[in-house]
Amino acid sequence: MEKVLLKGNEIIGEAAIRSGCKLFFGYPITPSTEVVEYLSKHLPPVGGTVLQAEDEIAAINMCYGAAATGSRVLTASSSPGVSLKQEGISYSAAAELPMVIVNVNRCGPGLGGLGPAQSDYFQSVKGGGHGDYRLIVLAPSTAQELYDFTMQGFDLADQYRNPVMILSDGFLGQTMEPVVLKDRPEAPKVDRDWIIDGAKGRKKRILASYSLTNEIGEANNLRWEAKYKNIQEKEQQWEEFHTEDAEYLLVSYGTTGRICKSTVLNARKKGIKLGLIRPITLWPYPEKAFAPYKDKVKGIVTVELNTGQMIEDVKLSVECKMPVHLYRRQGGMLPTEHEILDYVEDTFNLTAVEEV
Amino acid sequence: MEKVFSRSKGLSDVPFSFCPGCTHGIIMRLIAEILEELDIIEDTIGISPVGCAGFCQDFFTCDFVGAPHGRAQAVGIGVKRAMPDRTVFTYQGDGDMAAIGTQHAIHAAARGEKITSIMVNNAIYGMTGGQMAPTTLEGMKTSTSPYGRDTILTGAPMDFPKVIAALEGAVYVASVSVDSPKNIKQAKAAIKKAFKVQQAGLGFALVSVLSTCPTNWGMTPVESLQWLRDNMMPIYEMGELKMTEEVKSL
Repeated sequence: MEKVLLKGNEIIGEAAIRSGCKLFFGYPITPSTEVVEYLSKHLPPVGGTVLQAEDEIAAINMCYGAAATGSRVLTASSSPGVSLKQEGISYSAAAELPMVIVNVNRCGPGLGGLGPAQSDYFQSVKGGGHGDYRLIVLAPSTAQELYDFTMQGFDLADQYRNPVMILSDGFLGQTMEPVVLKDRPEAPKVDRDWIIDGAKGRKKRILASYSLTNEIGEANNLRWEAKYKNIQEKEQQWEEFHTEDAEYLLVSYGTTGRICKSTVLNARKKGIKLGLIRPITLWPYPEKAFAPYKDKVKGIVTVELNTGQMIEDVKLSVECKMPVHLYRRQGGMLPTEHEILDYVEDTFNLTAVEEV
Repeated sequence: MEKVFSRSKGLSDVPFSFCPGCTHGIIMRLIAEILEELDIIEDTIGISPVGCAGFCQDFFTCDFVGAPHGRAQAVGIGVKRAMPDRTVFTYQGDGDMAAIGTQHAIHAAARGEKITSIMVNNAIYGMTGGQMAPTTLEGMKTSTSPYGRDTILTGAPMDFPKVIAALEGAVYVASVSVDSPKNIKQAKAAIKKAFKVQQAGLGFALVSVLSTCPTNWGMTPVESLQWLRDNMMPIYEMGELKMTEEVKSL
């Protein structure tokens, strides 16, 4: 298998091409722009289409149209651009359209800055657009995962007829790392009796999200709810790092999840039994990961690049059976592994352990 | 007895649900006849908007995708780029295309997107209950211009097809009316040409059709048609506003 050195954003483009994605609609915004640039260069030569839309609203609605034909389609943006796409994302979830949406999270609110942040957690996993819907949200922490999760994202989207978001950030998007270009996994077998491709030899189809009566509206919502429950049951993904004997846990995803691994190793050198749970799916949130530790662990620190958004899901997952604290940086700043460990030691009064 | 008239194969058996005197039904029938005449019902994908025009998805026999408000052309472009050999058309009201969807209409035309757009202009927002549109006439009373549209405050009525005609990628732009048998015939010819433009892959085609809204205008159907003739036709330039040489030879 080939190994390449690419920027994180470019790896997403390469994974999309190798996933059989033939259509990309987007609008440039830093720090996601290399996705559209890479695909503009590499997708047309293999028979694909890249269209730089007039704005993000157009781009997501073009995805909506293309996905309605059963084609694999991708869009990529960064936080303020994803805000503009929210209308189309809600419609796509309602019309049950498979597509992959990349959010290379920058910091906000508002125009914010270009540095890495995780301040779009709520927007990504709690809705963002109007109505009661869910996206499957995957959170890579390395370039290899950007590649793997993009491929997996297309399959999950097809399997569940649901939009999938890859939640990256400015650090991952802009960093160059080696990546093994694995082959595309075998695509899930999916029914295509819903796609809109012209009513040749069959009855016409309408793919829309409008429900004229409350009865139909409720039936639709119940159907979606059942689908989301099924995904919640089957698709939770996470990584555990030195958790078996852990007395304290860090919980962190993406870029900070990666930094936290060094923190865990440093802690272990000092005799502190620290472990890490790194959520990979942010929705469905991997609550199952916490079950074995609910009665064992003395405390948790979530490490986030926001004011504390994921911490709410951690508290729900551990059912308030232990203290859950937050260490955060914001505005584009990243924590160091030492800062995180200092916080853990201070919070749980662990200086004595170090002296032993 | 010889059967000389029947429902077009392009129309389903769902009865039109429009208010009495509304001309949506006429316009949809014309499109359905054209799809049948060009033998493209099974190759056509319609994009429905919001508002009264959105009901179109129930009345045609071709596939349909329901778009968010104003986004019909963006959705249509996604469909067309995914399936370039299919015929894609959007059916939108003036509010949908000339207000909330302006950017998509302008850029679809600028890029010469190979789709056909029909804009039904009744100078008002119909389904939401008769509010002012960019196409509302000067002095016209609506629920959001209850003293009559004041152009000092809200601008003059927008002749949207002329805006689109100014763009290079728009190869055919026409403004028609369905207020009389003669004009219905002309409207059908224009809409048919707009579909042929797409079949020939020449670029973006727009046909604006003047229409009535007796309910929100507060008139009878007959008064509405006369009002349209007396008030809308002098303001909105009628006829084939733009046609490239290639389109002329179709």
